[in-house]
Amino acid sequence: MELSAEGIGHSFGALEVLDGIDFRVAAGEILAVIGPSGCGKSTLLSILGGLLQPDKGRAALDGAPPADSLNPLTFVFQDFALLPWRTVRGNVELALEHHRLSGPERRERVEAALAAIGLAEFKDVYPKQLSGGMRQRVGIARALVVRPAILLMDEPLSALDAQTRELLMEDFLDLWLDAKVSAVYVTHNLTEALRLADRILVLSRRPGRIKEMVRVPIPQRERTSLAAQAELAALSDTLWQSIKREAQVADREMTDV
Amino acid sequence: MSDPGVPPSPARRTVPFRGGGFAPQSRSWISWATLVVVLGAWQGAVSGGLVSPIFLPSPWTILLALKSLIVSGELWRHLAASLSRIGLGWALGTMAGIVVGVMMGLFTSFRSGGIPMVSALYPIPKIALLPLFILWFGIGETPKIVTIGFGVFFATVIATFTGVDGVPRSLIRMGQSFGMPMFGIVRKILLPGALPGILAGFRISASTALLLVVSAEMVGAQLGIGSFVLSAGNLMQTDQLLAGVAVLSVLGLMIGLLLSRLEKWLLRWR
Repeated sequence: MELSAEGIGHSFGALEVLDGIDFRVAAGEILAVIGPSGCGKSTLLSILGGLLQPDKGRAALDGAPPADSLNPLTFVFQDFALLPWRTVRGNVELALEHHRLSGPERRERVEAALAAIGLAEFKDVYPKQLSGGMRQRVGIARALVVRPAILLMDEPLSALDAQTRELLMEDFLDLWLDAKVSAVYVTHNLTEALRLADRILVLSRRPGRIKEMVRVPIPQRERTSLAAQAELAALSDTLWQSIKREAQVADREMTDV
Repeated sequence: MSDPGVPPSPARRTVPFRGGGFAPQSRSWISWATLVVVLGAWQGAVSGGLVSPIFLPSPWTILLALKSLIVSGELWRHLAASLSRIGLGWALGTMAGIVVGVMMGLFTSFRSGGIPMVSALYPIPKIALLPLFILWFGIGETPKIVTIGFGVFFATVIATFTGVDGVPRSLIRMGQSFGMPMFGIVRKILLPGALPGILAGFRISASTALLLVVSAEMVGAQLGIGSFVLSAGNLMQTDQLLAGVAVLSVLGLMIGLLLSRLEKWLLRWR
């Protein structure tokens, strides 16, 4: 299944946050969206996932989702959005409860999703007992359990510390490359984008417009090698130069307009 | 590795400590001692003839009065009458209050219509409406129960809709992003999320119910702690009167304890 943005533009009242966004995410592709804070990245993701009605343009899908997909467009949230009164298992099950599944099938899906992300032994624990990284793993298990075609990830690692982030990035790669899901990965972190994405979409500051679309020429699995590191550092520098000025101006803008 | 630093000098002083205080603790022996001292002083003042036992009977006399009420079974008849009124009134008011509160938390029309109504009616001391309810429903149990229910209703509505408002919108968006139907979102996200607020409202509504049951029973009832306290006062039986008041204190404590248990169990995920 392929997801396209067709001329998406949006305003909150008089505040224009997005303008003329056009792109297409191919099947199995990972697209990172980066840009300064307040440039409408999260708004764009909400529009793509049907949680927000855009003022202009539309999000569109091509092709059928996989037969076993219960929720083709699935979010992973920055703040995890776990229900604190449900255990890990209960949070993952929540995504299935309104679908017609037999008891054993549901259990089997939940077990598989928990095992895939290393949560099997934390099934009966409440979110407050878990570290941030483990909480986001629950968020990911909940996303996987519905067998998504496209993951919409809203800064999924930005609430976590640097070491946890490293660990989870590796998990993401394993999951994506195994399950062949595509993803739109919103972040303000260049390192994450360069490590995970096939292509990087750079947004300008508000109103967010497409500034650049960069392809990362090295396969994800090879990006940790020394040779690749040098090439990525150069790419990172180019990208940083491109967004630095925007970030500086955005930083000085009043957020509460 | 140690930092060689600066050698000691005569002018070197300790940084003054300024982080103390603001950390009161609870010591159970002080709690008990205070109780004993207050009761002892009271008993002493009455026994020593400082206070007339007709106006303020001693704790011991009150205890004896309480014992005779228990033995004669009179206490249970009054308590049963009061408890059944509280139970019915509170349950009805709470159910209606939660339903209306959730609607106000969900729908613009209910919210816009409800907030001014609640704001106008909540400050009324509900006991003022008892005469009206007696005209509507006749003398008997109904007007008392309706008065209690009415008082409980408004406290619950306010607790419920502020509780619903306090549920993070991100959790609701999450439910929607997984295609959950609206009823499922209400049942699995909104209500459990509002539960801490609703339970906090129970404390307020329970004390409202206790206040209203006593007041209503004082206006017109044969049975009930309120009517018992009133008639004891009319007969200048101050020991009986205060025994009734002591029962109310214990009742309030028990309700509070019950609610704490309920909170602890229902909110064990916190």
